[in-house]
Amino acid sequence: MRISSFFYTIGQGFKNLGRNKWYTLASIATITACLFLFGLFYSIIKNFEHVVKTAEEGVSVTVFFNEGITEEQILVVKSDLEKRAEVREVVYVSADEAWEGFKTDYLGEYADGFTENPLADSANLQIYLNDVSMQEALVTYIESIDVVREVNRSEVTATTLSGLNLLIAYVSAGIIVVLLLVSVFLISNTVTMGISVRKDEINIMKYIGATDFFVRAPFVVEGILIGLIGSAIPLVIIYFVYNHVITYVASKFTMLSSLLDFLPVETLYHTLIPISLCIGIGIGFFGSFITVRKHLHV
Amino acid sequence: MERGYKKRRPGRQIPSDEVITMENVTKAYSTGAPALNGVTLHIKRGEFVFIVGDSGSGKSTLIKLLLRELVPTDGEITVLGYNLKRIKHSKIPKFRRNLGIVFQDFRLLKDRNVYENVAFAQRIIQTPNREIKRNVPSILATVNLAGKYKSKINQLSGGEQQRVALARALVNKPTILLADEPTGNLDPNNSWEIMKLMEQINENGTTVIVVTHNREIVNAMKKRVITMKKGVIIEDEEEGMYIDED
Repeated sequence: MRISSFFYTIGQGFKNLGRNKWYTLASIATITACLFLFGLFYSIIKNFEHVVKTAEEGVSVTVFFNEGITEEQILVVKSDLEKRAEVREVVYVSADEAWEGFKTDYLGEYADGFTENPLADSANLQIYLNDVSMQEALVTYIESIDVVREVNRSEVTATTLSGLNLLIAYVSAGIIVVLLLVSVFLISNTVTMGISVRKDEINIMKYIGATDFFVRAPFVVEGILIGLIGSAIPLVIIYFVYNHVITYVASKFTMLSSLLDFLPVETLYHTLIPISLCIGIGIGFFGSFITVRKHLHV
Repeated sequence: MERGYKKRRPGRQIPSDEVITMENVTKAYSTGAPALNGVTLHIKRGEFVFIVGDSGSGKSTLIKLLLRELVPTDGEITVLGYNLKRIKHSKIPKFRRNLGIVFQDFRLLKDRNVYENVAFAQRIIQTPNREIKRNVPSILATVNLAGKYKSKINQLSGGEQQRVALARALVNKPTILLADEPTGNLDPNNSWEIMKLMEQINENGTTVIVVTHNREIVNAMKKRVITMKKGVIIEDEEEGMYIDED
């Protein structure tokens, strides 16, 4: 392709936006509406996931050991546990640290009456997991270690959080699939309407001797531009709405702020921008590519 | 463009001065009688041919077959050496660049001006900008529209719009000009003006094929006339007449 033809094609793509104002506006509005809903659900789901993840990070398994075990032996077990994939962090709490913690939490000034550490055999390992659904398997493994006396864990918390994680995955997949199907349906209708208006132009191009590529290229450029604009608008809207909402909730519902830890918009947009742009541009590209193809056999 | 003698099946070789050859061409649609039924036709380089006949006689199907918009059900069509029954889809654009086409309803791009409509035909075949700037004013002068190159299509009369369509068809210097009812939407004065332009184009060497209902023009111009009826050629005469069968 000649350079002048390349720029002509790109230029026609831009000019087509202006030539078919209503079609362009309808297409952009459709993509904007779909991607706005997508972005909205994505933000809600990601925040929900974040809250659950934060809760998960607080869940730990505590391992107590047989009497007379040395600190070195406990540290060997710690080292083994740290190598496991499901383990995020293992914290060693010595008997003295356990007693200090207990005194601070429960006894206060009454602790002065104790001359010896009553929790002498309470040195333990606190294990934090990457994935709470793996807790049961880990506990089974730990209980099989000779020197372990007792393993404390909260089965209800782990089961609830695992269930929530699964629910979020299903709900988000379901919503995204439905939104994408609705988007494809709406956009294909809009593109079909727009192309039918320009069927004559495509026919003339074909009669004169334009190649399929040359006929299609301006429409594809136009589709990509519509997709780009249609995905940029909801990103800008969601950016401001999201920031406004989290600031409002944080200031009006201070009681909830300890429970609801919102994701910063930058973190959210780290993934939302590429996803939205890919969907918008992809829909624009394939929408125009496939629809023009129907009219190429002249 | 032309490829001289080319072997075909069966038998007959195409003379090098023949630009269109149709041998026993039949075109049937899924329902009803065939639109064309065993049509044989030979058109030489530089001829001016009228194709006449009532509605449903097969004229439009014939034009569509020559443009390779349709594929014959049976028989062979060779245009400028291209066998239109066997031509690959990817070769069709290159083939069509040898043809100029004019329609009854002009089919101009209404959102572009006169210059852009004509330049459009050159851009499509990727003509360099320098040549477009030279060719378009020249062809607009030929159809007497040089002064209106900036006008929008809806600011032009029917005759002027058809002259723009003619300029667009000619700017790529086609070997064959196909005109499907080019005067169908024009008054008698404009119709004559268009036909005179076509005659002038023909005198410069372009083969011209005009499908028309305009009896007055056909009879006055004294050109070859092919008369069709119900999908067959019933008459083919040099300096023929369009006879009212009723």
